[in-house]
Formats: sequence, structure tokens, C-alpha cells
Amino acid sequence: MPLIEITQTVDARGLSCPMPIVKTAQAVKPLPSGAVVELLATDVGSIKDVAAWCRATGNELIEQTSDGAVYHFVIRRK
Amino acid sequence: MTTETLAPFDTVASAIAAIDGGPTAAITSAAPAPVAAPVKDGQVETKDLLIIDYSGDLEKVWATMILASTSAAMGVRTRVFVTFWGLQVFVKDTRRITGENWMQKMLSAMQRPGISHRKLSKMNFLGMGPWMMGRLAKQYGVASPKELLEAAQAMGVEFIPCQMTMDMFGLKPEDMIEGMGEPAGAATVIGLMTENSTPLFI
Repeated sequence: MPLIEITQTVDARGLSCPMPIVKTAQAVKPLPSGAVVELLATDVGSIKDVAAWCRATGNELIEQTSDGAVYHFVIRRK
Repeated sequence: MTTETLAPFDTVASAIAAIDGGPTAAITSAAPAPVAAPVKDGQVETKDLLIIDYSGDLEKVWATMILASTSAAMGVRTRVFVTFWGLQVFVKDTRRITGENWMQKMLSAMQRPGISHRKLSKMNFLGMGPWMMGRLAKQYGVASPKELLEAAQAMGVEFIPCQMTMDMFGLKPEDMIEGMGEPAGAATVIGLMTENSTPLFI
């Protein structure tokens, strides 16, 4: 798998719903199409919410991993 | 045994579901199918969202701000029509007494305006409740209504004050926070509701 270049990192660790989504949306907005944003979150709800947000906004959820405590999402801007 | 007891209920529930296709449909199926929304350019086509913020209670204001900011984050055009007790939420935190006559002044004196001075509808305990709620929120990383309001405004949520209530409470545009929309009335709200907005009354 080719290495994906991360344009920006959104650190939403320790933040509850809806801040991981709000911060991601605000970070993604000014970026050019194709830019890749990674999101770090500890909110369990973000597993479902990030997917729902990507579906609604048309951005692509490329990768979703977890090291147990922190959820790691990689999103490509539409 | 269990199937036998459930069978009549299922029949009734599915009969109702067949009639109105309402929430009873979810009860009968073990795993509700995802909502099929029309998709255009890989993006779900959405209606606008119209929240009617009627209440000034802390918990309801919180819900309003969470939904408004999330909705805007999801690319949905979001409007919040602010009326009655909700208007006091959008008065500047620094304003203590508002209004022109003694009744309007008394109203604000008894109920401090501003988003940072909201009371809980239950278990307020002279401000002890909201204080504890604020502490819990901080502990669990929950954004305050004020932070959510700022995020919502930054993402373009329109807050539309109700002209009639502003008049009745003696509120002037300079009493309100920055960035409020043009005041409007009931016809605007009904118009949006019946055109292309999902309405939410909070």
C-alpha cells in the first residue's frame, strides 16, 4: 500500500461528542480536494459518528484503526 | 414459549408498520436496514435543518447547540429560530438588566440573560446543579454551550431572532450577541418548514 501523506492532524483526544466531528469539519473545510486529514479521538461514539459524517459530506474514510485507547481515522477530502 | 407470546404482538406491530411505516417497523426487525438516502456526487442529498429554540433551560440549550454545530459540520444548511425563553440565551453575557419598562426589566432581573447563565429545568438548586453540570462536562471533555455556539457560528449556522418576542421582552439588536441574523416571524418559520427544512422544536 502506498504511503499516504497526511496534510493535517486533528487532535480530538479527550473531547466528547460532537467536538471530534466539529473540529474535523473545521479542519477539512479550507483544505484542497484530495487532502488527507488524520483524526485522533478517544470518544467511543466517534467510531460511528465519523463514518456517518463521511457519508453525509462525501469525504472518504480511508482508514480506521485503534490502539485500544485512541481511535485513529484517516480521511480524504472530497 | 417466548415466540408464542410475541407472535400476536408482532402481528399487530407489523400491521401498524405496514399502515404507516412508522417507528414500529424497527421493533419487528432485528437489524433495521440503513436509511436509503439519495446520493449525488458521492454525497448524501440532505434537506436543511431548522431548529426552533424555544427554551432557555440549560439542558435544552445544550441540545440545541450540539445539534446545530453537528448539523453544520455535516454540511447541512442550518438555521436556528430563536424565540421566547430561547431569546435570553442570545443576549450578551455581560448584559444584566434588559427591557424598557418595569415588567421587562423584572423579567431579566429574575432570570439572568446570556448563554453562560442558564438554569437547569430540574435540580437547579440555586445554581448548584448547573455548576456541577459544568464541572462534569469539563471532566468528560464535553464542550460548553458557549463553545458550541461559537463553533456553530464559525460554521455558518444562522440564528434568527423572533421579532415579536424581541419587542415583547424589550430586547434591542445591541442587547444580542454578534452575528445574529435579521429578525423574522412565524411565517418565515412555517415557510422554511414546509419547503425544504426538517424542523426540530426544542
